[in-house]
Amino acid sequence: MTTILVAVFALLALAAVFGALLGFASEKFRVEGDPIVEQIDALLPQTQCGQCGHPGCRPYAEAIAAGEEHNRCPPGGESTVVALSELLGREVLPLDAEEGSALDVKRVAVIREDECIGCTKCIQACPVDAIVGAAKLMHTVIADECTGCDLCVEPCPVDCIDMVEIKPTLGTWSWQRPPGVGSKPDNLIPVVTL
Amino acid sequence: MNASIGKPRLLFDFHGGIHPPQNKTLSNQRPIRPAPLPAQLILPLNMHLGAPAKPVVQVGDEVLKGQKIAEAQGAVSLPVHAPTSGKVVAIGPRPIQHPSGLDAPCIVIEPDGREQWCELHPLPDWRTCCPPSALIPRLREAGVAGMGGAGFPSAVKLSPRAEHPIEQLVINAVECEPYITADDMLMRERADQIIAGVEILRHILNPKEVIVGIEDNKPQAIEAMRRAATGSGIEIAVVPTKYPSGGEKQLIYMLTGKEVPSGGIPAQVGVVCHNTGTALAIHRAIVFGEPLISRVTTLTGKALREPGNMEVLLGTPVSALLDAAGADMNRIGRLVMGGPMMGFTLHSSAIPVVKTTNCILAATAEELPPPATEQPCIRCGSCADVCPADLLPQQLFWYSKNQDLERAQQYNLMDCIECGACAYVCPSHIPLVQYYRFAKGEVRKEMAEQQKADRARQRFEARQDRLAKEQAEKEARRKARLEGSKPAAASGVDVAALKAASLEASAAYKAAVKALKAAEAEGSDQVAALASDVEQLKAKADAAKAAVRDAGNAPAAPVVDVAALKAASLEASAAYKAAVKALKEAEAAGQDVTALRTEADALKAKADAAKAAVRDAGPATAKAAPVQPATAEQPAAEKADDGAERAQKMKALKTAFNMSHKHFKEATAALEHAEREGADNLEELRKQVERFKLKADKAKAALGLLVDQAKADMRASGSDLKSLKIEAAQTEAAARQKARELEAARVKGDDERINVLSRELDALQREAQVAAGALKAATDEQGLADA
Repeated sequence: MTTILVAVFALLALAAVFGALLGFASEKFRVEGDPIVEQIDALLPQTQCGQCGHPGCRPYAEAIAAGEEHNRCPPGGESTVVALSELLGREVLPLDAEEGSALDVKRVAVIREDECIGCTKCIQACPVDAIVGAAKLMHTVIADECTGCDLCVEPCPVDCIDMVEIKPTLGTWSWQRPPGVGSKPDNLIPVVTL
Repeated sequence: MNASIGKPRLLFDFHGGIHPPQNKTLSNQRPIRPAPLPAQLILPLNMHLGAPAKPVVQVGDEVLKGQKIAEAQGAVSLPVHAPTSGKVVAIGPRPIQHPSGLDAPCIVIEPDGREQWCELHPLPDWRTCCPPSALIPRLREAGVAGMGGAGFPSAVKLSPRAEHPIEQLVINAVECEPYITADDMLMRERADQIIAGVEILRHILNPKEVIVGIEDNKPQAIEAMRRAATGSGIEIAVVPTKYPSGGEKQLIYMLTGKEVPSGGIPAQVGVVCHNTGTALAIHRAIVFGEPLISRVTTLTGKALREPGNMEVLLGTPVSALLDAAGADMNRIGRLVMGGPMMGFTLHSSAIPVVKTTNCILAATAEELPPPATEQPCIRCGSCADVCPADLLPQQLFWYSKNQDLERAQQYNLMDCIECGACAYVCPSHIPLVQYYRFAKGEVRKEMAEQQKADRARQRFEARQDRLAKEQAEKEARRKARLEGSKPAAASGVDVAALKAASLEASAAYKAAVKALKAAEAEGSDQVAALASDVEQLKAKADAAKAAVRDAGNAPAAPVVDVAALKAASLEASAAYKAAVKALKEAEAAGQDVTALRTEADALKAKADAAKAAVRDAGPATAKAAPVQPATAEQPAAEKADDGAERAQKMKALKTAFNMSHKHFKEATAALEHAEREGADNLEELRKQVERFKLKADKAKAALGLLVDQAKADMRASGSDLKSLKIEAAQTEAAARQKARELEAARVKGDDERINVLSRELDALQREAQVAAGALKAATDEQGLADA
């Protein structure tokens, strides 16, 4: 009888101790917000272009976390879809081209400054505040901050914004992938015994 | 054997390595010749690793030899100097030394042939004149960069962090790559100057030991260096010939046994490594004050009649050097800058020699045949046997080929030194290095994109916060405006007090009148005193009444009354209805109905009057409290949440509409273009246009629906825009009318009336302001200003 009582008491004591520990841990290490949203947001390209139908990448991340399809991000392309599939354990879907055109080339907005009338409409449209200017004064795009999202093009009343392809520079150029088995590479220089 | 090599250094052998044919005798048979002065010198602003320099001369400027023509921008950058006297003829893009074949900004100088030096600041007494650290800026100003291959600014390498004390200074004179003999010849001919440069480096860094590493295939150079280093304490270490023993990390390991950590720099293990050519340049920069304007370059290859080493002015086009070395242009199969293992094919012979150009290889087609066809990997493992960086080239190859960058990085892709040993031994002729370079480029690109994305996210979030704050401020201002109408309501208390005072005063007056009458009747003699009392009391009561009347005109006063009036109106109409009922019953009973009818008529009139009163008071109530206070607050909060959600939805829809409309416009333009050109994919384009149009329409319809909904909600919540507008107009009109009345009173000169009217006017004007504010707030809040 005593043995049973001791066992029960010991188990109860253990349960109480671990319960307290777990309770403390759950308070101490509480996770604020939904971490999956952060993780999804980190994978999205942050162009804030709205082509997914959401006003920015974070809202789309929230929508994906809530169950929306993860293939609606044209700027991210296939690689983003694959990365999201891996993160979420969902099927890899083909990119939803309906939601916009997927472009391989990176582009940046350029304002034809002579034609700008200073209406500030593009400034209001820019999701990353990459356009500077004031009412009735010329606006210009900070090229380094522009995500190439196209959102400033439509509001411009005088159509003076062009999306210009970013040309590779010495700093951004990189080697091409060799064509693969059965073809001859073009840059390797092997030394041969003469 | 002299003292400096008393005991041979214990060497550590690094893993792997290959022994390609040396082909060095081709170019090390002739002494160093000066290269001819070309017609034009092309000086890239980016001859070194780091940020490009910024030109400080203009087209047309005359420059002297050694004059600074471009200044360093940033910490890791170097200035550019004119290699000879002449005239700047152009500043613009020219083909430069880069495997991409891209053009980059250059300064083009046309030499005048006079070789006139600018003023130099030699420092022969560098040991004593100044602290060692004062020499570093001089090297930077002289534009000294690593001349072995990477072109890293030497001044940066010479300022190691305090937490990395330098134990060994390693001078890299290995020159392990086939064909190249520039350092070999330099050591044979100018060993004294090189050792003098090493002394300066030792003076600056103050290391425990200084080791010069030379491969054993350069006996003459070793001999010359040993002679020059005699008695200096500089150790000349001979390393066995093996490619790539000249790699910085490999040489440091060989000489000191220290391994540079992955992703780290040699200074972390207490070592600094410089090239022989750099040591010479440092000597000239300090002792003679000469900036780095020339270097020794190997011209070699079977297509040259007179291969050898030349002292070349920086900026000399490769074509001029080929001419000087008697190149047979028809025999050149491939023109390479750098060595055959790590160099790159030149796409143009107009490319200039820069600080890092140690070799120009004009090879015949037999010498450097076109690469063989790539075969599948047979997993022989030869690449892993020869990798000097202890990597697994085969694994890296798979991951690079499949763009599995994460795994490639786990296998230390970034530690690959791109020496080409793996590709050299690969029996399947797989261009391994090219795969690694591609993967490295992708990794860098990804990193850059990640950085940009992070910045965009920060900016986006900052913008969202800012917009939210602005919205909150707007909301707060709107609330403040609503609060502004409260003081008027507060005057309601005063009205009650005033009324009480007025009633008291009139009661006192009445009592006094009674007393006066009684006294008169009694014939008392106090009549006079009482009469004056009565007069005073009457004045008081009048004043109180006037005050009540004035206060009654204040906007909030009717709030109380309206409820009472409504009740009265209801009562009256109930009474009227009851009377009508009674009347009907009486009629049915055939009784005399005249009295009842009169009664009913009277009640009807009363009810009508009450109704009219309520109606009149109604607008006043609304004016006093445009948005129903207290009771409306609870649902208002819920509405606000709804509103925020809807605003977001509306924004998303607007974005969607804008995007699809833009696509539609683009597609239309494309279609038009195609129609003009007569392209054959018209049908497809048309379909695309249709699709985008449909999408834009859909988005617009959804947006419209949402806007309508918002408007309906607004109406339901009682803050209907229309009624607010009407109200604002009404109060304004009332205020105007009061102003006119006041004007009329002024003309008449009725002082009391003027007072009353001006107070009324003030109240009305305040009201008008409140109404206008409420209207604006409502418009802003619903975001319909532009919808």
